[in-house]
Amino acid sequence: MAGASPTTNTTKTTRATPPGAGRTSRTSGAAPAPGARPGRRKREFTTRRGLLIAAFMAPAAVFVAVFTYYPVIAGSQMAFRNWKLTDLTDTSWVGLRNFRDVFADPAWGTVLANTALWVVGSIVPQLVIGFALALWLRRRFRFRGIYQALIFFPWAISGFLIGILFRWMFNSEFGVVNDLLQKAGLIDEPIAWLADPDTAMAAVLVANVWYGVTFFAIMILAALQSIPDELYEAAALDGAGKVRTLFRITIPYIRTTLALTVLLRVIWIFNFPDLIFGMTGGGPNNETHIVTTWMIKITQQGDYGRASALGLLVVAGLLLFATFFLLATREKREVKP
Amino acid sequence: MIGKESAIGRAVKFTFLGLWLVFTVFPLYWITVTSLKAPGDIFAFPIAYWPEHFSLENYSGLFGTADFGTYLTNSLVVATVAGVVATAISMLSAYVLARFEFRTKSALLMAALVTQMIPTFIALGPLYLLMTDLRLVDNRLGLVLVYIAVCIPFCTVMLRGFFENIPDALEEAAMIDGLSRFGALFRVLLPVMRPGIVAAFIFNFVNCWNELFLSVTLMNSDANKTVPTALNGFISSFNIDWGSMSAAAVLTILPTMVLFAFASRHIVQGLTSGAVKG
Repeated sequence: MAGASPTTNTTKTTRATPPGAGRTSRTSGAAPAPGARPGRRKREFTTRRGLLIAAFMAPAAVFVAVFTYYPVIAGSQMAFRNWKLTDLTDTSWVGLRNFRDVFADPAWGTVLANTALWVVGSIVPQLVIGFALALWLRRRFRFRGIYQALIFFPWAISGFLIGILFRWMFNSEFGVVNDLLQKAGLIDEPIAWLADPDTAMAAVLVANVWYGVTFFAIMILAALQSIPDELYEAAALDGAGKVRTLFRITIPYIRTTLALTVLLRVIWIFNFPDLIFGMTGGGPNNETHIVTTWMIKITQQGDYGRASALGLLVVAGLLLFATFFLLATREKREVKP
Repeated sequence: MIGKESAIGRAVKFTFLGLWLVFTVFPLYWITVTSLKAPGDIFAFPIAYWPEHFSLENYSGLFGTADFGTYLTNSLVVATVAGVVATAISMLSAYVLARFEFRTKSALLMAALVTQMIPTFIALGPLYLLMTDLRLVDNRLGLVLVYIAVCIPFCTVMLRGFFENIPDALEEAAMIDGLSRFGALFRVLLPVMRPGIVAAFIFNFVNCWNELFLSVTLMNSDANKTVPTALNGFISSFNIDWGSMSAAAVLTILPTMVLFAFASRHIVQGLTSGAVKG
């Protein structure tokens, strides 16, 4: 749908340019040359403006259209074809068969449940801890700048590599997590974290929380710093306690930032197979597969048709979610006094 | 300002902040310690929290048996070129999106948002075919072109935020002084925006440096592999060689960490002013 927009838009703006409108005119607010008719000047102004917009947008639009949207659209039509690497002689149209295959897979229920757990189990701790960090970082203290830079660094590491780091720490024999827990007397026997379906998802979530808290902390801290101090002074005069102030002033004031940050993170976390891919590869026994790692697995099996069907479902699901989410939070914003 | 802090409140706060710092830094500490142990000591009991015998053997192995120097060079070249070009292109689109109102603007921003929702894997097959037609498979230029396209949407949104923070009056004044719009952009706006541009470049560089799936798909010869592809090769085999893996991980993380530390303040500014508005 929104697929082809970059190219279409550019051509549209360019076509709206009448031929022979190349005369130079200063686009600044400087006075027009004496005798120039105002209407003509205005048209020239808009023409030049259209040209400028088109010329500046063109490189970005071309790159994204050719190397992102074209493959995606071409990939989308694979979803309705028999497209298997094992047999490329028959790529006939098969209607919705690939979609039916996705739903008919016995592991599909597990994958969906895991995805929900992955998104909610990552977002909630990230939001809560990130919020707490932001509140505590609001007041200036010595070394605050260094502290912020230090907790920022997980962001420089790729999801895949984070998976590797935590895979090593959660190693059942030589892992430091088991060693520390045993030293603390919390467990007697080493736990095979990543081999046990019950603990593998928890381990993966720990890694993702480690990675994602920073983003929330940064976003929320910036929003907190935009709240005028007078609001807090007024609340203090009215005798409002800390909890009341938090829920009546802080949270309502930064609601828009909170909503948009959560939306952005849900989309990213959903589309973030990298960490799981590096840490467990979806194992043990599919217990840590989410929709996007499942898609990797199907692609590696060579069934591009079914993988594309799954991809379309992801995009459709996220678009739907984004729309509802934005509508729901907008309503709340209007209710706000 | 924000009410007075009690002594207990302060204690709780700094305990929590301290614990989080330890939790954040520990994985990096651990992979570094592992990489500096002699290969045999990695699998020794009891687990040592400080290397008994410091050894660079894991590192020298990377450059002897594996061709890690080539991978590092490939990653450096690809990420630098793609990062610079993507930043330059995004600067133009971000400028237009920040300074002009036009009919297709919201559609363009929507198109940028949608790219964030698309799973990479839906595009891999057709992208491979496209690059085959262009004779750019297993070619560093091919990977650069694809990475530029990957970086542009988010980079545009981020830079747009920086442009919007600069008052219109600045370039209007420059244009009244006789500069063209291009002149105003390059001579007046860009110098003011330099920190933002550097942050955007670093963000792009780090994303390209870290990218795995596109690189695995498009680069198949050993001479063209990037670092993440090589790391992936370490686990594809039956066992993970944790000695080489830990050393390679440290070498991969270090450059990006240095860059992020260098520009963290501006990246934060870019994220908060750009992404939230977008």
